[in-house]
Amino acid sequence: MMINDRNIKLWSSIGPRATLGLAINELSQNYEDLVVLTSDVSTSAGLDRFKKNYSEKYFDVGIAEQNLIGIAAGFSSENFNVITTTFAPFQVMRCCEQIKVNLGYMKHKIIMIGIASGLVLGNLGYTHCCVEDVGVLRSIPNLTIVSPADSLEVVKVLQAVLKSKNNSVYIRLTGGTNNPMVYNKDYDLEIGKSIELINGNDITIFCSGTMVYNSIEASKKLKEERINARVINMHTIKPVDKKAIEDSLSSKLLVSIEEHNVIGGLGSSISENLSTFSNSPKLLSLGVQDEYTKGGDYKYLLSRHKLDVDSITKKILEVYKKV
Amino acid sequence: MGVCRMKNTKNENVDIKYFAKNIRKNILNMAYTAGASSAHIGGALSIADIMSVLFVTKMRFKEKDPLFKNRDRFILSKGHACLAYYASLFENKLLDKNDLLTFEKNGSDLLGHPVRNMKKGIEFSTGSLGMGLSLGIGVALSLKKKKLDNHVYVVLGDGECNEGSVWEAAMSASHFKLNNITVFIDNNNFQQTGSNDQIMSLGDLANKWKSFNWNTITIDGHDFEQINQSFENKSTDLPNAIIAKTIKGKGISIFENNNNWHHAVITKKIFEDAMIEIES
Repeated sequence: MMINDRNIKLWSSIGPRATLGLAINELSQNYEDLVVLTSDVSTSAGLDRFKKNYSEKYFDVGIAEQNLIGIAAGFSSENFNVITTTFAPFQVMRCCEQIKVNLGYMKHKIIMIGIASGLVLGNLGYTHCCVEDVGVLRSIPNLTIVSPADSLEVVKVLQAVLKSKNNSVYIRLTGGTNNPMVYNKDYDLEIGKSIELINGNDITIFCSGTMVYNSIEASKKLKEERINARVINMHTIKPVDKKAIEDSLSSKLLVSIEEHNVIGGLGSSISENLSTFSNSPKLLSLGVQDEYTKGGDYKYLLSRHKLDVDSITKKILEVYKKV
Repeated sequence: MGVCRMKNTKNENVDIKYFAKNIRKNILNMAYTAGASSAHIGGALSIADIMSVLFVTKMRFKEKDPLFKNRDRFILSKGHACLAYYASLFENKLLDKNDLLTFEKNGSDLLGHPVRNMKKGIEFSTGSLGMGLSLGIGVALSLKKKKLDNHVYVVLGDGECNEGSVWEAAMSASHFKLNNITVFIDNNNFQQTGSNDQIMSLGDLANKWKSFNWNTITIDGHDFEQINQSFENKSTDLPNAIIAKTIKGKGISIFENNNNWHHAVITKKIFEDAMIEIES
């Protein structure tokens, strides 16, 4: 899979879903034993080309997500490399118990991809938003949870997890088309190891998914106020990078930012780890504040949940001044 | 086809009968050993005869070799009937006597629902109802993709058919034209707290499966001839559902059709009387 300027720009413009489809289509050549299962979402997951090119590797199980995970586990038990994908709420919650038993308990390895997670489908209502997936899955043992920061990271994560046979993985795709670029060139990605994107001594911002870009932008604005905010891309939410959390203890304020409920997600995970240290700084958890609001388009909802750059910056400043 | 456990006996039905008797004895043994932790007895006894036919003559597998490459795949979707499964694995030397004695004990490999353990021939963890058929479909699709002719057998409970996921799976088996999967439905007419009709009426179970485009065969699930014959009547084009009319608690008169024995504790007296009845 060619990672170059042209492709990085292309992937950014088409967004994570279509990038996923392109990546699966290309990477499948290297994996004879790959099968991709969906629940009637081939177009939404950008898989039409793959479906046409590799019909023998593509299985649509219909709108039946419990069956999706069961069939996927059956394939996995026969040593196939299995990807399942559908919209995040259905990929995770409709079949939550199948995930627990088949992936967590039995340890069958599957790569699950939750498309359009977070708030991007806000004008369809909260049935189609997903701000609970990380919280639900984090409590199931033997699962890795990854939330790529941009379209390039979607490709990088997919490459990494297809190679690894260790665990089942949930890849949480957030954001839409014209997905801002966090990375404009290739870089090293290791599942479980966070990436420092901006250096800074005053504040550490832990972020994932689309909130990585917003955190970078907020950090720039804070810089104008002479506040140095470190930005850490926590692409892997489970297992969380404990060392990165420990390394942040010298900051005056810690911030977690996620397009997810503040209960159960990245912020909760960081909080659980911080509580083991006696000298932990205060943690400001930004995200959806445990509510279903009125619906609306993506921009509207990010603003409503105060996850746009200005709101993030304002809140951090407000709290930082009191530290 | 089957790798017969008792190779010296010519009469297949004698083998099966002997096997079924041993299964019932070991179901009782394990349930009695479990003591106060209680055991699912009724639903294990109702599948004992189906399990005997599968494990003596019909399924391809190898004694003492749980990973035998050419094995057929078996999934006990109604995982609470695991006593019959463990007893069958014991008869095929995949479990030993000491294993059976650990049933439901602390730290045991043999809990009240099967836990995946490839070394002991248990391929899937089951117990949460309605999940086994989907696994079977994944396996059946895999076997097709690998161009292998091994068969997948799934045993479901009738109460389990309350679960919507069973029907998601049923719909997909015929959609994918899986002629390499056979489901036995243990139709003993009872579920945990009452009869099917009291809890959730199943209606015409055979017609339900038929309407999902399965070849459906209804048999007496305790008649070895009929169980064997059902294999002869299987479709080679469609998935096969064998509705086995069974008696919950079959083989021990005080347990038969008495739903108090769905999950219960066996006293010494009951154990001894039941053993005498089986032996006779």
